Amino acid sequence: MKKLVALTGNGAAAEAMRQINPDVVAAFPITPSTQIMEDFAQFHADGRVKTELVTVESEHSAMSACIGAAAAGGRVMTATSSNGLALMWEMLYIAASMRQPVLLTLVNRALSGPINIHCDHADAMGARDAGWIQVFAENNQELYDNLIMAPRVAEHSDVRLPMMVAMDGFIISHCVQSMHMEEDERVRDFVGEYVPRHPLLNTEHPVTWGALDLQDYYIEHKRGQHQAMVNAREVIRSVSKEFSERFGRSYDLFESYRLEDAERAIVAINSVSGEIKQVVDERRDRGDRVGLLKIRVFRPFPYAEIREALSGVGIVTVLDRMDGFGAHGPLFKEIRSALYDAVNHPLLVNRVFGLGGRDLLMRDIHELFEESRRDLEAGRVDKLFDYLNVRGG
Amino acid sequence: MPSLREMAGKDTAFAPGHRMCAGCPVPIITKMLTQVTDYPIVAGNATGCLEVASSIFPYSSWKIPWIHTAFENAGATMSGVEAMFRSLKRQGKIERDIKFVAFGGDGGTYDIGLQSLSGAMERGHDLVYICYDNGAYMNTGIQRSSATPLGAATTTTPSGTESAGKPQFPKDLTAIMVNHHLDYVAQASIHNPVDLSHKMKKAIELDGPAFINVLSPCIPGWRIGADMAVEAARMAVETRFWPLYEVANGVYRINYRPKRKVPVADWLFMQGRFRHLRDPRHAEMLDKIQFLVENRWERLIRSEGRES
Repeated sequence: MKKLVALTGNGAAAEAMRQINPDVVAAFPITPSTQIMEDFAQFHADGRVKTELVTVESEHSAMSACIGAAAAGGRVMTATSSNGLALMWEMLYIAASMRQPVLLTLVNRALSGPINIHCDHADAMGARDAGWIQVFAENNQELYDNLIMAPRVAEHSDVRLPMMVAMDGFIISHCVQSMHMEEDERVRDFVGEYVPRHPLLNTEHPVTWGALDLQDYYIEHKRGQHQAMVNAREVIRSVSKEFSERFGRSYDLFESYRLEDAERAIVAINSVSGEIKQVVDERRDRGDRVGLLKIRVFRPFPYAEIREALSGVGIVTVLDRMDGFGAHGPLFKEIRSALYDAVNHPLLVNRVFGLGGRDLLMRDIHELFEESRRDLEAGRVDKLFDYLNVRGG
Repeated sequence: MPSLREMAGKDTAFAPGHRMCAGCPVPIITKMLTQVTDYPIVAGNATGCLEVASSIFPYSSWKIPWIHTAFENAGATMSGVEAMFRSLKRQGKIERDIKFVAFGGDGGTYDIGLQSLSGAMERGHDLVYICYDNGAYMNTGIQRSSATPLGAATTTTPSGTESAGKPQFPKDLTAIMVNHHLDYVAQASIHNPVDLSHKMKKAIELDGPAFINVLSPCIPGWRIGADMAVEAARMAVETRFWPLYEVANGVYRINYRPKRKVPVADWLFMQGRFRHLRDPRHAEMLDKIQFLVENRWERLIRSEGRES
């Protein structure tokens, strides 16, 4: 029987890791992801997992050890945040190029500097071109479910790519919410056994991993990596479908919330979507045709599906929880790119919000919808790019 | 311990056809891996000469499982490999015993990979880390490292009117590893295969972390002839610039005591990288090198027989 439990986001991540029961976990603590590893270390200390726990001396070494362990031939997980992911940056690319399905829980936190421990998405977005599958979660339940699905996606023979599953730091990681936790046996049955490919530990059949790859082969290997990411899209869909049949909670590449006949929409990632849904409901009750598109899968980015979902909308406000500094926000660029090929593409607005944990309030979201109504009536965008909720802005 | 003759009859882990420079002695070490022990070995490599010259896709010189991921993390990468072995062994998914060896040059070991090495050794993985110390970043074209000797000219510490080469004495990495209180730490040299193979066997076959620092002259970097690597290494040991010693469970043992006191200048002046020190203007530098070499030797003598 599934249980209704009250867990923090970090607690949910740790429980999912315990149920997945990886062969090796290598990690280094960093706020706000630390509790994941503390909880997992306790599971390890109590003999509740078969995992070999490597308490490394940095995040760079965490990802290096994860790659080594995965190449050795088993399932590997880790967790980090912010500067921890930044320190892993070099190794993220290497994990992807070596096609090692390392699984990482990312608790989103602003990058230094200035140093700040609270939520934004600069960490995840900095890794968006690293070749990792990136999946986001609005709340504890989605985070837990995404983690349970992650091994099936990352380890799929058509994919074999590392995967990061993200949630908002503190807002979700430290917030207790009620959620359904599945039985250990059912989770293990869904996740399945790890199938190693060319493991280092098979000393009878020696393999060379990480060879020097020059201009005569490098681009072919990159093309193969590209294809794996293309393949990931359908694998994510089929694993999500199977998950839904097994556990009753449905997921797709993104969530369309009251979008069918919407004239104005917001596109957002992660926890702020909960507030936006509330505002959408309130405005819908008053007959205002507004909706939300919530990103779940950011890599591979579902261009065609998003184009279809937004093509009837009059104006779209894209919320980026990071600044591109000299460029538009990363989510805005993807959405605008997706919509370029639409026959009637909507007006588009980019707003940067919530850097370093600054709250976005319900009244701010109402104001966004008011603003988009004015733009739509005028038939033109008044301000393409702006910061929200900033003093002196 | 197998004799050199017996070792020579065993398969090597390292196939010919690699792209190491003519006369480079590093393959002396890699060839020995499977000759000193009957354990199956999985090896790892930091980015560096050995890595780029042994694994140009689609070719590989490695006849044993081998992994390279990046420059500064051979210790961490092999920690992960060894941890997976322990996990699968405990789960009954692997039956046999396997031993793990990481390689790095002095750049990947003394400098950019020091943290990763320290972490791997401190955590107690069953891993031997072998540094092939050629005294500079040779792979990128002879830039100074913290292993580069005092007074050596490199491309980032060239000699000139205002420079007598590198102004610092090398970091004592072997001592740093001794102070990690590992089961086994040794300093060795490519010119003495008997000593080197004994040390490699001991380090590989014990259960726990071990470190060996092997002096490996670089033909272009030291500016010596392609036939001079062994002689240059021998002279580094004879002049006591590079003492051969080991520290097993805290007990020091000097493995070779030069019979007579050979001035360090005899080693320096067989190499082009110290040529500028012949200029009388640099007489003080020569004295300083001799003083520091003697100082470290004396300290080693005092440590011998004592707990580390």
